[in-house]
Amino acid sequence: MSDHPRRPEPPADPFAVDRREFIEIAAAGLLIVATAPPSQAQREGGAGALEARLHIAEDGLITILTGKIEEGQGALTELAMAAAEELRVPLNRVRMVMGDTDGVPNDGGTSGSSTTPRTVPLVRRAAAAARDLLLAAAGRQWGVDAAKLEMRDGAAVYAGKTYAYAQLARSPELAAAYKAVLPAGTALTSAREWKVLGTPQIRLDGRDIVTGAHRYPSDIVRPGMLYGRVLRAPSYGAALVSADLSAAQKMPGVKVVRDGAFVGCAAPTTFAARKALEAISAASRWKTAEHPSSDNLFEYLKQHAKEQGRPQGQARGSVEKGLDGARRRLKASYQVAYVQHAPMEPRAAVAEWQDGRLTVWTGTSNPFSVRQALAETFGVPPERVRVMVPHMGGGFGGKHTGEAAIEAARLAKEAGRPVALHWTRAEEFMWAYFRPAALIEVEAGLDAGNSIAAWDFTNYNSGGSALDTPYRIANTRVRFIASDPPLRQSSYRCLAATANNFAREAFTDELAEAAGKDPLEFRLAHLDNERIKNVLVAATERFGWAERRKKRRPGVGIGLACGTEKNSVVAACCEVEVDRESGVPKPIEIVEAFECGAILNPANLRSQVEGCITMGLGPALREEIQFKDGRLINGSFSAYRVPRFQDVPKTEVILLDRKDLEPAGGGETPIIAIAPAIANALFDATGKRARAMPIRASG
Amino acid sequence: MAIIRFTVNGKARRVDTEPERPLLEVLREDLGLTGTKCGCGEGQCGACTVLLDNRPIFSCVTPVLTATGRKILTIEGLAEDARLHPVQQAFLDEGAMQCGYCAPGVILRTVALLESKPRPTDAQIVDGLNGNLCRCSGYPRILAAVRRAVGSAGKKR
Repeated sequence: MSDHPRRPEPPADPFAVDRREFIEIAAAGLLIVATAPPSQAQREGGAGALEARLHIAEDGLITILTGKIEEGQGALTELAMAAAEELRVPLNRVRMVMGDTDGVPNDGGTSGSSTTPRTVPLVRRAAAAARDLLLAAAGRQWGVDAAKLEMRDGAAVYAGKTYAYAQLARSPELAAAYKAVLPAGTALTSAREWKVLGTPQIRLDGRDIVTGAHRYPSDIVRPGMLYGRVLRAPSYGAALVSADLSAAQKMPGVKVVRDGAFVGCAAPTTFAARKALEAISAASRWKTAEHPSSDNLFEYLKQHAKEQGRPQGQARGSVEKGLDGARRRLKASYQVAYVQHAPMEPRAAVAEWQDGRLTVWTGTSNPFSVRQALAETFGVPPERVRVMVPHMGGGFGGKHTGEAAIEAARLAKEAGRPVALHWTRAEEFMWAYFRPAALIEVEAGLDAGNSIAAWDFTNYNSGGSALDTPYRIANTRVRFIASDPPLRQSSYRCLAATANNFAREAFTDELAEAAGKDPLEFRLAHLDNERIKNVLVAATERFGWAERRKKRRPGVGIGLACGTEKNSVVAACCEVEVDRESGVPKPIEIVEAFECGAILNPANLRSQVEGCITMGLGPALREEIQFKDGRLINGSFSAYRVPRFQDVPKTEVILLDRKDLEPAGGGETPIIAIAPAIANALFDATGKRARAMPIRASG
Repeated sequence: MAIIRFTVNGKARRVDTEPERPLLEVLREDLGLTGTKCGCGEGQCGACTVLLDNRPIFSCVTPVLTATGRKILTIEGLAEDARLHPVQQAFLDEGAMQCGYCAPGVILRTVALLESKPRPTDAQIVDGLNGNLCRCSGYPRILAAVRRAVGSAGKKR
């Protein structure tokens, strides 16, 4: 889905349509108002009227509109499957229009694994409502009770006769129904009856990806477009004292923009823009500011903890009494480094002003909030700003914002031409936000029966996701205390659940050891959550946990971990080999079991779980943003080592399909069991506890 | 500025540009071939991989002058008309893409690998592709796709 006048070799993409094409589809459609865009209320209202969500064209093609975006997680295919299922049409009859603020309902940001539990039901309800309307129309046409009709392959069928949806849709009553708010209580197809959902489907726009035809945000080209660059501070907190722009201004075709502290340029090529920025940069003076170093990050986070505020947390019983009465008390603290998302495609945007209207193509998971930010920044009403998000090159929670969009728009406004702004990898490392670092302190007590009697858990700085323990403990206190973070920080795949689960599962292993129990037995004895038990049993059985515990090999260890977040459950077993000299564990084999209710697309879910496992190896073993004097020490792919092909262990994924449970998202939670499973395997191999991510043996 | 001539996807091309410009930027900005991606600009991620005289290079760190008189293959030139190259087909069939931004580079690197080693071992595949990053970390699916491509090529013989 993109707009590309210079597209050189364009194979048609039947599944993703750009807005211009979409308006054409709309004009040819039958059940829609083509002349006017959906009202603000419909666009903002989520569910709203049927016409805001679903169109049927004269050729029978179904178009589904959503504010969700595709970043590789599989929303495009999943939502198309949801529509195909309820409308009883083959999947290739459904097209998706995603993330275009002028044409789609605001479904909120694409984050928090929310597409599956929230947007899939909206699309299913709309599709089911349309199906019921079409069915009723067919019944009236034939003078037959609608219950006697069958809907299949995009048509109503009765006594050997068929009525295609497009024919049925001509009914004037339907046009009226289409404008009404979606009826509540439309019956959805039960998971056990699914024909499209629940089946493995590969990504619908896959052909455009393997041929290079798909236009990512950084591939959008507009007529007369310039390429932009923005002057960045040399270090965090540095203030611009002076900038001599004259050398850059003399360069042919270069436009230089200065607006307060904002300095940028635009030129006919990226090369020319880079040269111009180099000239500006060489003639700029900065006043630097003090900035903490990653060397004493965790002391800093503790010192700057906002203890006086009301911490987020929960408590049961009395943790003080529980600890006082314990037979044995253990205490540990865990450190989790800052990491960068580093999606393959850095932030990118193309901005174009025309007659006081602003159009921006950009990679963000929040098209509507970026539209709002643009409107506020430039003092224009939101309805004069249009944001479009072509399927983008990765995000992992790292692209919730619209920096590139705003910068591109600023440059384009001054240049009087469309401007593309592609952040460099160095900019993406330094100026995108980070996954927050965490300091976690935990203390627990075992009672006379070797059960956990008390649990006191505090996360400093990184967040409250998966903060509570799933284990049965009478006396608990779990808290998240914010700090004053030295780096800009925000979402990352599964938020703080990774840090919290790392500390909890690593410490639970310490308690199991103190109790003289097998890590699996110890967990099962403390678990009431049947879903966690099920994945734990599934993973350990496939891994051969019990047998492997009996066979010890020098330098090799096994570990496990489990957890729950976002209404899904995960368990992982890992075997590591430990390098004798460096003490660094190398995962040899990982078995992970995952369950997120009824599976919508098993092929995509498997990809997501495999991706989580492998991506999780990065922060578990190597990824760690280092900074000093306001600069990143390792802000590049050569210095910041992310997982590569050579790092992939033997991986096995077990997906438990619970048709009796509502589907939950699956692109995040599978990451939270990896680091603690490795840490626990390292202990098994060496007798040394790992209390930091990246994992290193301590003590 | 200099006039530089080379062949891209079987077509003779001529560009009048600064000879030190990265080939990647000339392909994308002058020739409109945006299938080749920029991921890092330092030859560390492989998103910019193209084949120069059938050998994979990082086009982000290759000055366009280097391509003078030579033959470049980008992802846009791999399929013949509507027929996908077997490696593209294998990636599609295996669902070996999440965001897909790395896919053009990984596919071209695989094409070059299978040209030089039609029956690679798993270790040779890993070694051959290790210069290409996939941040979605879809490596298991990609490895399955490469094995599938090896298999489908074997069947044809």
